[in-house]
Amino acid sequence: MDCVVTGGNVKVLAKAIHSLSRIGDELYLEPQEDGLALRSVNSSRSAYACFLFSPLFFSRYTIPLGHAFRCKMAIKCVQAVFRSLSSLEKTVEKCHIELDGEKSRLTFTLHCKHGLLKTHNLSFQDSESLQAVFDKESCANMLRAQPRLLVDTVLHFPPSLEEVSVSVSGERVWFRNHVDDEAEQSKAMLTELCLSSDEFDHFAVGAQTSITFCLKELRGLLVFAESTGLPVSMYFDESGSPVVLSVTDSVLEVNFVLATLSDDSNLCNHNNNTKRARSPPPPDDFMTDDIDSYLIAMETSELAGPSDALAPRSPSPNHTLTTPPSVAMRRLERGEEEEEEDTEDTERPPNKKFRSLFFGSVCPSDSQLTNQTIKSQEVLASDSEDDTQASLP
Amino acid sequence: MKFRAKIIDVGCLNHFTRVVNTISKLTKTCILRLTPNNLYFVLSGKVASGGVGMWCELSQANFFDEYQLEGVAPDANEICLEVTPENLSRALRTSQNAKCVKIKLTKKHCPCLTLVAELPTLSSVSRVVTHDIPVDVIPRRLWHDFKEPRMPDFDVSIYLPPLKTMKNVVDRMKNLSNFLVMEANLNGEMNLKIETDLVSVTTHFKDLGNPPWGDDGSQGRSRSRDPEVMAHTRVDIRKLQQFLMGQQVNPSKAMCNIVHKRIIHLILLHEDVSLQYFIPAVA
Repeated sequence: MDCVVTGGNVKVLAKAIHSLSRIGDELYLEPQEDGLALRSVNSSRSAYACFLFSPLFFSRYTIPLGHAFRCKMAIKCVQAVFRSLSSLEKTVEKCHIELDGEKSRLTFTLHCKHGLLKTHNLSFQDSESLQAVFDKESCANMLRAQPRLLVDTVLHFPPSLEEVSVSVSGERVWFRNHVDDEAEQSKAMLTELCLSSDEFDHFAVGAQTSITFCLKELRGLLVFAESTGLPVSMYFDESGSPVVLSVTDSVLEVNFVLATLSDDSNLCNHNNNTKRARSPPPPDDFMTDDIDSYLIAMETSELAGPSDALAPRSPSPNHTLTTPPSVAMRRLERGEEEEEEDTEDTERPPNKKFRSLFFGSVCPSDSQLTNQTIKSQEVLASDSEDDTQASLP
Repeated sequence: MKFRAKIIDVGCLNHFTRVVNTISKLTKTCILRLTPNNLYFVLSGKVASGGVGMWCELSQANFFDEYQLEGVAPDANEICLEVTPENLSRALRTSQNAKCVKIKLTKKHCPCLTLVAELPTLSSVSRVVTHDIPVDVIPRRLWHDFKEPRMPDFDVSIYLPPLKTMKNVVDRMKNLSNFLVMEANLNGEMNLKIETDLVSVTTHFKDLGNPPWGDDGSQGRSRSRDPEVMAHTRVDIRKLQQFLMGQQVNPSKAMCNIVHKRIIHLILLHEDVSLQYFIPAVA
């Protein structure tokens, strides 16, 4: 693999890496025919980001022939290459990324002014393909806005706020802070910002909906979007389904896929929507076979052994691609074991249940097959309470 | 009980925000008393607040374009709430360019002070930010705790040196000792002293001037007083530092009354806001 990024694009690449660092600890790098894909996912698999730089972004773009190459690296190491954004802008003329297959190293060479060369040799690990399965176009709701609007919106919320709720109806959008802790609900300050559809470049809303997702990751995208000035599109369905935030232009496609809370009863705080009765706690279905086959689907890549990020389970030799299980994976909170959390919380309904994103395995050889796979496996949309393997709409 | 108020003027909004910011730096929670003419942020000098007392008085007409109050009863036309000023500060912070800010007492999941700001946009419809700040309503039988503190029978009253200078001095002294002695006399001299086993440091201020209290106040005590003699009080240095840290605006008048070995009473007067702060002595 051999790529060269020149001029202002170096800064864009650097910003992309900084943005990805807000999601997870590892950077997954995959040179594809349609461009270089940089991806990251968080440890609980509830947030995923992908920056796809088309070959036109580069002044030179050659990918390894034959077998596909994928690797992952500690993102902090890559960030160190692109440390100071302001000095990058002023001194770096081009950035050369080269794969040294023999030594398992990725070499980043920054060609700076005055003939200065900074070479960083980063070692990588082979990895499986990381690709969240989602279909933006089939989402019922779509909003598109200038990044400034969203930046101004999140400004009203304190930096410490974890989750934000977004509700839409015909003409309006509400952004609210989400208070999940029972104890805090009576004492917490509630902030709500109401925007009219006029302020959006595009506003397509199906039914009245409300979703709750992590604000920190949204901020990560907004920092990038604001620097490029490109509009941000938000695609979502009902709560429980992931929300996709995209920024696109001719040479770049960014997608952030964030899981949303599937339990809406916390929104009773805000009197806007009709109150929904608390649903009874779903049966604990953590250790069912569904999980196993779901996790196995992640490991079908030809190149790699099990990835570090996956919890080790005994893999069965059967790979399934066709029937995605509908499993709600509770986000691991504070490193608690999943089993312990279940037994403790039998009294009250789980107050935080982010659905984990579905990651499909992608057959490495054929990119066309990739597209087909994505289309046939749609976003998790079924109810989490139902334990059965629901078929997708 | 009903309370609705509206601020339209940007200057008033900024000023009100600065006052609330100052209060939020002085204490985590305090009492907000709403009367037909004034607002008061009160901290009664109880053990819970470390004996520190605060009384901040704002004339409502100087801030609000509209102000409607219906108190708990016709003969007690006021409302008393326990608030966290940091929340109010946060709500005001991002509304500085609002066309209009409304504050009202509401009942949501609990009694709240609801702040609604209409923000300007390019489109025809404004952006509306609503903040619901939970408050506790203080029942009438507890109101006696939050009355205006009496002027103490002070020994010396003196104008303060520039607050910024005082803050710099106190910041450095805090590194050396937990307690500070403030002393002053009727000759316009003030000293800030710290003393430890290893070191003692004194900062001297001269020509500060003494406020002429006239016939009210405790002239009796200080009239016959030798102007050279210092009245002093030893206080917890962090409390003094906290007071100095929070000040955002230069007051038009800043003075201090010292009751020998009992209390330091700091008074800051701005155009439409007055702030009194009581720091008790420590042994």
